[in-house]
Formats: sequence, C-alpha cells, structure tokens
Amino acid sequence: MKFAEIIPLLQLEPLVVIDDPDYEIETACGCDLMSDVLAFSQEKTLLLTGLTNPQVIRTAEMTDIRFIIFVRGKRPQEETIALAREKGINLYMSPKPMFECCGLLYKAGLNSENIRQI
Amino acid sequence: MQEKLILENKIERGDFARGGETSSNLKELLRKLGIPSDKNRRITIVAYELEMNIIIHSYGGEIKVYISSEQIKVVAADSGPGIEDLEKALQPGFSTADDEIRDMGFGAGMGLNNIQHYSDDVEIETGPGQPTKITAIVNL
Repeated sequence: MKFAEIIPLLQLEPLVVIDDPDYEIETACGCDLMSDVLAFSQEKTLLLTGLTNPQVIRTAEMTDIRFIIFVRGKRPQEETIALAREKGINLYMSPKPMFECCGLLYKAGLNSENIRQI
Repeated sequence: MQEKLILENKIERGDFARGGETSSNLKELLRKLGIPSDKNRRITIVAYELEMNIIIHSYGGEIKVYISSEQIKVVAADSGPGIEDLEKALQPGFSTADDEIRDMGFGAGMGLNNIQHYSDDVEIETGPGQPTKITAIVNL
C-alpha cells in the first residue's frame, strides 16, 4: 500500500519527510528490540516502534528501512530527528498505541515480513 | 588476493551517543566503492552489531575493515573482559546485558547470531578474562 494511505489511518504527524508519500510499502514490523529488527527486517519495511533514541535511526540506516512511525504519541529526542534528517529517513508519529497501529495496518492489507527461522 | 585497509576506528566503552557512526561511515564508503547494496547491507549490519557489542560489553576496542576483490572483512578487537561461555552466547536469546541496555532496544541476545547469519564466515577468539577478536567476512 502507498504510505499516503497510512497517514490518515494512523493519524500521523510528520516529523521528517524525505520521500514522496506515494512510496510503496510492502510489509511492516512492530518492534522495540533493535537486534530483532536487524535480524529479521527487509527493505521496503515500515518500522513501528515505541523506542525514540538515535539507535533506532542507526538500525533503520543499516537495514535500509526508509519509514519509521513512533507509536503512542512518543516524540523522539531532537538528536534522533536530526540524525534521521541527515540520513534521509522519514519519521512520523502516531497518537495510537502499537497494538492498534499494527491492527489497523493488517486490516488494511499490509502483511508482516517473512521471518527467517533461527 | 591483495587486501586493503579501508576503515579503522577506535570504539569507546559505553559511548552510545556515537554508537553506529563507524558502521554508518562504512556503509557510505562501500556505496562510494560501488559495492552491491545487498552485500553492503549485510556487512554493515554485521559491523553495527560488532560495534554495539564493543560499546555494551567490552572495555573498549577498535574496528578495522579490509577489502579485496573477493571479500570484505570486518575485524572487531577489544581489550576484554572476554566472553565467559561462548556456546551460551551464541544461542539466540541469550544475553548478559542489563536493563539499561535493554531499555535502549539492545541485549535481545541476537547479536552474535545476527553476525553469523549475515556473514559467509566468522571466527571468534575469546575466553574468560581475555580480549575478544571477531573476524567476519562477506564474500563479494
């Protein structure tokens, strides 16, 4: 689905906008464990997280994730926003909690990632 | 096979503010060298896990990256205190990280597992009270 469709669905507030909202999102990953994101994430994935520190941006950078949504209205630290701007990663914030965000996206047709077996 | 040192950085213990800077520089460097994005992604994930391991678990160390026509090699060496039980540390989900580290999203016990998964070859030299040296290779 296009990222533009997600904006009203999760009532997103833009923090850093780099890519066109027509960007096609293929899967989503809701996660607060950055090592799990590093383990399982694919490109074209949208990351939903409650963590707001700069390591979230670093993790997205290493895994080529282009869109991050901070859930339950958590506004990230200024250094997190600055790093995202520098690295060209889109940041948005939703007032909705993680469970609701994931549920709405799943219901709208977004799939989870193919998780590798460990 | 002639290999060339392309990056060398000291990593300080507990330096979370700069955590990931070395791996970020590596990613940019490999992009400029024209390394395919899938290989770049794999080696920078490995480098990032190694970098965070030094910051979280060691007394400090350094990361060196070498490249040849056949492979990219990351060498992460620290000054201790070594991995107590390597067999356990390699099990997915096992971690000795404390709550503060977990609050930052790390310490899920996936680091070494991730390094093995994304590398074509990994060598770990460690022991209780010893320095740790991890060499990870991604073939080109």
